Amino acid sequence: MIEVQQLTIKTKEATVVRDASFQLTQGKVLGLVGESGSGKTMTAMALVDLLPEGVTWSGYISYHGKELKTFSKEELRRLRGEQIAIIMQRPMIAFNPVRTIERHFIETIRAHQAVTKRQAKAIAVANLEKMGLPPLQILSQYPFQLSGGMLQRIMMAMTLALEPAYIIADEPTTALDTTNQLTVLKELKAIVEQTNVGMLLVSHDLAVIQYIADEIAVMYNGFIVEQAPLTSLIKSAKHPYTKRLLQAEIGRENSQKIVNNIVQHDSCPYFAACPFAQVSCQSLPPLLEVAPHHQVRCIQIERSKSVCPSSK
Amino acid sequence: MKTFRQHSILIFSATVLVLFTAVAIFAPFIAPNDPNYVDLTQKLQPSSKDYPLGTDHLGRCQLSRLLFGARTSLSTAFIVMSITFCISVPIGIFAGYMGGIVDTWFIRICDMLMAFPSFLLSLAFVGMLGPSYGHLILAMVCVQWVFYARFIRGMVLSVKERSFVMAARICGTSPFKIAIKHIVPTILASVIVLLFMDIGGVILSISGLSFLGLGVQPPYAELGMMINDSKPYFRSHPMLMMYPGLIIFLVVISFNVFGESLRQWLQVERRL
Amino acid sequence: MIRFIYKRLLGAIPSIFGLSIITFLLIQLIPGNPVLTYLRVSNIQASEEIVQALRVEMGLDQPLITQYLQWLTNVLHFDFGTSFISKRSVLDEMVLHFLPTLQLTTVAFLLIIVCSIPLGVTSALHKGKWFDRLTQLFAFSSVSLPTFWLGFLLIYFFSVQLDLLPVLGKGSVVHFVLPATTLAIGYIGTYLRLIRASTIEVLEEPFVLYAQARGLKERTIVWRHILKKAASPTLTGLGMSFGNMLGGTIIVENIFAWPGMGQLLVESIVNQDYPMIQACVLLLGIVFFLTNLIVDILCGWLDPRIRLAGDRIK
Repeated sequence: MIEVQQLTIKTKEATVVRDASFQLTQGKVLGLVGESGSGKTMTAMALVDLLPEGVTWSGYISYHGKELKTFSKEELRRLRGEQIAIIMQRPMIAFNPVRTIERHFIETIRAHQAVTKRQAKAIAVANLEKMGLPPLQILSQYPFQLSGGMLQRIMMAMTLALEPAYIIADEPTTALDTTNQLTVLKELKAIVEQTNVGMLLVSHDLAVIQYIADEIAVMYNGFIVEQAPLTSLIKSAKHPYTKRLLQAEIGRENSQKIVNNIVQHDSCPYFAACPFAQVSCQSLPPLLEVAPHHQVRCIQIERSKSVCPSSK
Repeated sequence: MKTFRQHSILIFSATVLVLFTAVAIFAPFIAPNDPNYVDLTQKLQPSSKDYPLGTDHLGRCQLSRLLFGARTSLSTAFIVMSITFCISVPIGIFAGYMGGIVDTWFIRICDMLMAFPSFLLSLAFVGMLGPSYGHLILAMVCVQWVFYARFIRGMVLSVKERSFVMAARICGTSPFKIAIKHIVPTILASVIVLLFMDIGGVILSISGLSFLGLGVQPPYAELGMMINDSKPYFRSHPMLMMYPGLIIFLVVISFNVFGESLRQWLQVERRL
Repeated sequence: MIRFIYKRLLGAIPSIFGLSIITFLLIQLIPGNPVLTYLRVSNIQASEEIVQALRVEMGLDQPLITQYLQWLTNVLHFDFGTSFISKRSVLDEMVLHFLPTLQLTTVAFLLIIVCSIPLGVTSALHKGKWFDRLTQLFAFSSVSLPTFWLGFLLIYFFSVQLDLLPVLGKGSVVHFVLPATTLAIGYIGTYLRLIRASTIEVLEEPFVLYAQARGLKERTIVWRHILKKAASPTLTGLGMSFGNMLGGTIIVENIFAWPGMGQLLVESIVNQDYPMIQACVLLLGIVFFLTNLIVDILCGWLDPRIRLAGDRIK
């Protein structure tokens, strides 16, 4: 189990994630939903300590009890790919344009397993076939010769080849057209069912997450504002933002200005956009459990369940 | 964001440059002796009251020669750059603005000239024309203008498409007016930065040519030439060779630092 | 790959012509009468008949175009005329002097690559730390150094004071050290900075992040992924520098009495040996141009996107 507590991520200009806490369990899918700029990708990257330059994180992250901060450089390296693998957002730019798929694959496998090139190639072929791709043709191609959808599946094949215990899928469907989106989601679901990995699915699209997640955490402006098991969230969402997401069912583009201003102050992150905001909402609410495994960050709900119309 | 460090480097290098320029301009007043006065009885003297840095192999005051040498190097470089500027700006703008066949031929000529290493070409020019000060300047200008004209033409091509130029053309402004009022101000900053960044190289070329005997001619003092003159004596009197070179180095590095910090300040694209 | 080379070669032909035109026109710059110069240099008394005869013999009574074509034909037959001074075939002299220059330039070139790549990459990886700052300082200074001064400084310290290395002429391997270093240092500075900037850019690319996410070793990432990508822009510059270095050898050969093309060129300028000057310039120009061409082709080989633009699998 991967445990995250009070994760706070700061850039030079602002705090992009604050006090995020959640758990990743094997066999279960946690969906992280939020608009662009809400901090979800940063949260995912913090799990493997691959934040960009100048960005720092604080808090508690542990893998099966061992704290991430205590990992040595080599242990971190082995962790990435072997224990927890990432399927990145835009596959077109994730590959090195001047190296073939074969070389990508082989070097990934050999970085973690003591096998020969030939054995590595065999593993690659097997995994590509699992993804329904013609292995020998693909291996000899360069990334720029393949489409986004294919590269996405190649990435998944590479991820599976190492048999990690956890997978982070960062916006796996965003760069694809609708037909491919469904295929990828089905494949991710199959992966979880067959291999019992723990998955963190990051997306701005609640519909995508609903498809395979067991538990959902909603992020806004760097805070987790609501966290609940799937059915609980869909049927009885409490936070006004979650409700809006459920109604709209479409991800929306965010204006960066709001993000930078509010997370600095100690007020409710949704204050500026909340239709039910009151003066008392200007203090930072903690995450409160309102039902079994169902947590919400909203002052009105904390106060009394009947005052704010959003608590219905 | 303009950091304090960027500020201070810019100001520091600018100050150094102003100092050098001042020394060069006022050399006739600062120098203790006539740099060209030959007195063989005083040859190769160590430093003394009359000759603060000693004398060279012809009995000329080293300090005075250094001051005048710096003056020559700087002024020659300045002349070369000014003429280059005056030539390449109109040509570059003309070629870029007109486009079409004018531009194509322009590029062809540039490619032909740029097919040679620049120092070699200047050398060949001076070699053919015969060594003299005028030929030196001519040779350097002929080689330099190509780079600038090409750069300017490139900039004009991108500026040409911008809205305010289009607007001016629609209004029927004459191309000449457009060039002067719109295009030149837009590209001026980049061109000036470029000039400053390159002037170090020009100084090196000038002193290099003079070192080979093909640049500034005696009796005028020039730093590169002074190094060449001190060649036979450099084991016994190494300082004769050290000082001129040191000054060239300091001047060039100041220009480079200034040019680079100016570029960062104005955020001009690096040309390569 | 072959098609790519073919395309490039085809594009090169007009440029080579341009080269030859300029070299030919250089001769036209000579002030005064080339015939008179020749006679003066050869210590022959000028008289009307001799001058006229020579004019015809040199083909100077023909229109310019004819002269150019004649010259071009000769060049293509490797006939560059005879030196005004030594009376030997220009071609012979050039061949004699070309090899030492080529050797010197190659050694300097290798020195540049060997020094600038590790230094550039390392300072990029440790951006901001003392190693980086030190190398940046070095790079900045080395570009501002006058070659001739540097040469003498090196001679002074290594030869005169320490008596470690030989100074003049060409002899054993040791003789290469000082001249090659002098030639190389300015370029090491430039390329160090270029490689550093290139590496920093590449380090920010998403595929580096993904390589880290896959758990690849840092060494693998740096040397296999980053270098190839960062090398491409640097290689173009390096190739162009090879030609520039040919210009730089002129000074270095002068200082170290190296028997190469630079020496030959300067001597012939001083002696007004025009056929020699012309041939040297042409040769150096062609070498410069050819190196650019080769570098261009190498870039295509390194970056398959340039080469394969147009083939895609959907």
